Amino acid sequence: MEILVTALTIFVLAIFVGFEVITKVPPTLHTPLMSGSNAISGITLVGAILSSGTQHTTLTTALGFAAVVFATINVVGGFLVTNRMLAMFKRK
Amino acid sequence: MPPVLINFAYLVASALFIVGLKGMSHPRTAVRGNALGAAGMFIAVVVTMLDRNIISYEMIFAGLVLGSAIGAILAVRIQMTAMPQMVALLNGFGGAASVLVAGAALVEAQVAGHGFTYQMTVATALSALIGGVTFFGSLVAFGKLQDLITGNAVVFPGQHLLNALVLLGSIALAAGVAIQPESIEIYWALVAVACVLGVLATIGIGGADMPVVISLLNSYSGLAASATGFVLQNNMLIIAGSLVGASGIILTQIMCKAMNRSLANVLFGGLGAAPVSSAKADDVYGGKVKSATAEEIGMLLESARRVIIVPGYGMAVSQAQHAVRTLARLLEAKGAEVLYAVHPVAGRMPGHMNVLLAEADVPYDALKEMDEINPMFPQSDVSIVIGANDVVNPVARTDPQSPIAGMPILDVDKSRTVVVIKRSLSPGFAGIPNPLFAADNTLMFFSDGQKAVNDLIAAVKEAS
Repeated sequence: MEILVTALTIFVLAIFVGFEVITKVPPTLHTPLMSGSNAISGITLVGAILSSGTQHTTLTTALGFAAVVFATINVVGGFLVTNRMLAMFKRK
Repeated sequence: MPPVLINFAYLVASALFIVGLKGMSHPRTAVRGNALGAAGMFIAVVVTMLDRNIISYEMIFAGLVLGSAIGAILAVRIQMTAMPQMVALLNGFGGAASVLVAGAALVEAQVAGHGFTYQMTVATALSALIGGVTFFGSLVAFGKLQDLITGNAVVFPGQHLLNALVLLGSIALAAGVAIQPESIEIYWALVAVACVLGVLATIGIGGADMPVVISLLNSYSGLAASATGFVLQNNMLIIAGSLVGASGIILTQIMCKAMNRSLANVLFGGLGAAPVSSAKADDVYGGKVKSATAEEIGMLLESARRVIIVPGYGMAVSQAQHAVRTLARLLEAKGAEVLYAVHPVAGRMPGHMNVLLAEADVPYDALKEMDEINPMFPQSDVSIVIGANDVVNPVARTDPQSPIAGMPILDVDKSRTVVVIKRSLSPGFAGIPNPLFAADNTLMFFSDGQKAVNDLIAAVKEAS
């Protein structure tokens, strides 16, 4: 129970931080914000690596492998395409 | 590597994500912000590989190489006009990864046999539910945006009832997973039903409401990652996931506000399925629409001192952004001031127009938000509307019965002359006629977007 409360505390506080930080993003950057934050949500990759590497059963390894592929596409694709977009934004 | 050090590195990664997102608050710092986020991810991945429970690296490396290759190819090849599809697809993959990781954790806990906690089982059920909806919802959004399936809202009798039943079913199955985690079949049944729910929830939403859907799915992909963090008791996943969840929710709110519609109305309204006729097109347009040639508009632009360009999804469809930029440079060389008015829901995702214009080398300080540009329309000589319709429809201000009543619009009708580039008088997404096209100060230029702008460039050159 204590672990749950700690986890919930972190969750709620992080949501508040998210609101504070994201409301300051100007509309002109909303598309890169989405692709960039999307790459961050690929953090599930960490869990996927553990599932596929600990090799408990063939099933968990297979699930972990598929998860690594999906999450890596998300991470690599997300950060790269965001960088590509942001590099185009120039001043006069 | 001892767990304490790993957790410390996760803290560093979490901090980098927050600092990185903070960098997104200005185009000048955004590239660095994105790089910091990527650095955080890199640290997290490297440190995880050093976990002492990992006994084999082959599958991990195989997955990383395959995923990186696919991700890199997508990122380099994708056209800027197709960015909404790309983001939809990436959202979906994030959701899928959460489903798979939570499933693997459930199987692992079963094999290891050291019991389940409610935190784990409830979070696992949530991962499956949110992740499944995100995955298939995103695939449907991708299909609609890529024109693989109809972009219109798909509505059928009994739709709401069916959706409600599937939702109830998935909640019941989620409760089943939470109470009886030993039966892994319930978990996969939940995933299957969540996927169906994802399809049903998105299929009824039409193309122009896509900015809301993509923002919402963006939020879900974050929440799914957060739920997986609760399953694995990993604080970094919880933090990163909730940051993205908050980001998606904010964007969803902004999009809904810009359409003066509630989220419930967008999700269940089925707008754009059938034309709503609050006013007859003939009554609005009959004999009042004035069409102009490129030469006539060229003369007008030649002497204009302030020109405002109003882009919409149609500009993206006809790939006219580069031509628009060329025309703007030509007018600027003649001493005119050229600005761009971007409505928050123009395009198929938040900020879509800004990215397209940035691609065409339009400086970002020339792009103006709605609140900033609206007072400037009365002092502008010519407004050029290209590919936008509902977001410039003055009916939103005047007719409380209209489906877009109260939606904040760009006040183009207040500029001295309005030029509307459009193929025909066909209605926009809301399915209603636009009195702007019949206004006294409006000139219609019936043509394809890109061709029209190129004709205008030639005409302006001719006129001088």
